[in-house]
Amino acid sequence: MAAIQPPAPRIAATLPHRAGVGLKPEHIDQIIAERPDLGFFEIHAENYMGEGGPPHRRLEAIRASYPLSLHGVGLSIGSPGPLDRDHLSRLAALNARYEPGLFSEHLAWSTHDAGYLNDLLPLPYTTETLATVVSHIHQVQEAMGRQMLLENPSTYVVFAQSTMAEVDFIAEIAERSGCGLLLDVSNVLVSATNHGFDPEGYLDGFPLRHVREIHLAGFAESSDDAGRPLLIDAHNSPVRDRVWDLYRLVIGRIGPTPTLVEWDNDVPEWPILHAEAHRAEATMVAAARGQGELRHAS
Amino acid sequence: MLPDSRAPSFRETVDAFAAALADPAAATPAQTRGRVGAPDALRFAVYRNNIALSLIASLAARYPITRRLVGEDFFRAMARAYAAANKPNTPVLIRYGGDFPAFIAGFDPARDLAYLADVARLENAWVEAYHAAEAAPLALAALAGLDKERLAAAGVVFHPAARVLSSDHPVASIWAAHQGVGEVARVENWRPEEALITRPEAEVLLRVLPPGGFAFANALLKDASVGEAHQAVGVENFDAGAHLVGLIEAGALTKLKTREDG
Repeated sequence: MAAIQPPAPRIAATLPHRAGVGLKPEHIDQIIAERPDLGFFEIHAENYMGEGGPPHRRLEAIRASYPLSLHGVGLSIGSPGPLDRDHLSRLAALNARYEPGLFSEHLAWSTHDAGYLNDLLPLPYTTETLATVVSHIHQVQEAMGRQMLLENPSTYVVFAQSTMAEVDFIAEIAERSGCGLLLDVSNVLVSATNHGFDPEGYLDGFPLRHVREIHLAGFAESSDDAGRPLLIDAHNSPVRDRVWDLYRLVIGRIGPTPTLVEWDNDVPEWPILHAEAHRAEATMVAAARGQGELRHAS
Repeated sequence: MLPDSRAPSFRETVDAFAAALADPAAATPAQTRGRVGAPDALRFAVYRNNIALSLIASLAARYPITRRLVGEDFFRAMARAYAAANKPNTPVLIRYGGDFPAFIAGFDPARDLAYLADVARLENAWVEAYHAAEAAPLALAALAGLDKERLAAAGVVFHPAARVLSSDHPVASIWAAHQGVGEVARVENWRPEEALITRPEAEVLLRVLPPGGFAFANALLKDASVGEAHQAVGVENFDAGAHLVGLIEAGALTKLKTREDG
């Protein structure tokens, strides 16, 4: 009977220094049938917060053969208000059940009095907001009994009262909370374009020693009131060349790191997404080797 | 520091941001900055748009047949109106939109499609069954050795995935005819239908109940005994035993509560 199955043997939890992709319902039956060669899958935690049914059955089958990365999108760590304890409990339950190699969430808020707003909304960077975020991360790490990774945001606006640069804000959070970082390289390019800063300069200032995972994704292109280019973090297309360039730069500095290709909207056929992961892995290997040779030569 | 030169607090900033998100006519929050050092309406609109589009997408995923019945443009307009007034009360979006059928029932532009809200109710029940807890369905052997009297006194426990619904329209037939992307089969027999949704194992199953089936199952759901549920059905020659077997075969039950259970 379904309810009382012995736990299936599982592959080790730790994410290899390879590429993975976001697990989409469109692909999951094909993946279970074909067991493609891939470093890991990442899931959006909230999609697996039902009590039972096909999503959990399929995820058990995936977890038996692949390491998992658990990625939350709804915890609202960047809210001034308290964290949702029920939601934290649900995350802790998923963490205990599926033993993901990594758990990550966002530097953003998404819940307000009106309800859950289902977007990753920006916050000002001040000593006040820093203290709130750090205390929330402490609470998360305590409830889950593990380190979490915090992801750098993509933003369309900044705040007049911010007193810290984003990289300094994130570095200070990592120092004070002991969290690791998820570096979304596409978000760096999106924010750099939107706010007119140099993405390489951002990476120079980013606390790369805390990075445990990398995200790569496609974006959409628009423009703002002033007619300036505005990139939108749409996860709807292939990774662009400028993002690959930044990715090579990061890997050259920190070496091979678990890397996720995110493609959540206009999801392509499985072979296209799988090929994108292969490309990330080949890029990772080449960039790490290139750096090794440089170090050798100097 | 003078009060009017004080930077707004974290809470005040987020409150102002959220208020402007909720009201499409509101000005862009004064504390936000675009590239040229001033609030930028097009940039702020990205956030408003992300919220609306993602909630519409969530409803479209939950109600594919409703969407197919009314077409993409109508569905999006209806979902947009719902999402504007009904934000999720949880980040768990697989629970969002459970009361969309009630919204559809009161949505004036859909008033000529009397069956639409019931099709949406069926789709919502299907999604709830899909995500419901696992439980071992009752085997027919549970009925063995029970005489008529003990059976009439027995109650049942429904599987967490089991749902019943009753409609003045052929709601299950409409639902079945609009699966997939091909030609829509004609619904030949336009009559009221009652449906049972179950998920005894991995797949969600839908079956049309024979006459009286909804009243019988619904009474059992409200803790009536088999005999009491039989009384609640106003159908002549109703065979409660056959209906009980039907519920068990569909995987709708997990337990038979006989008097010995207390």
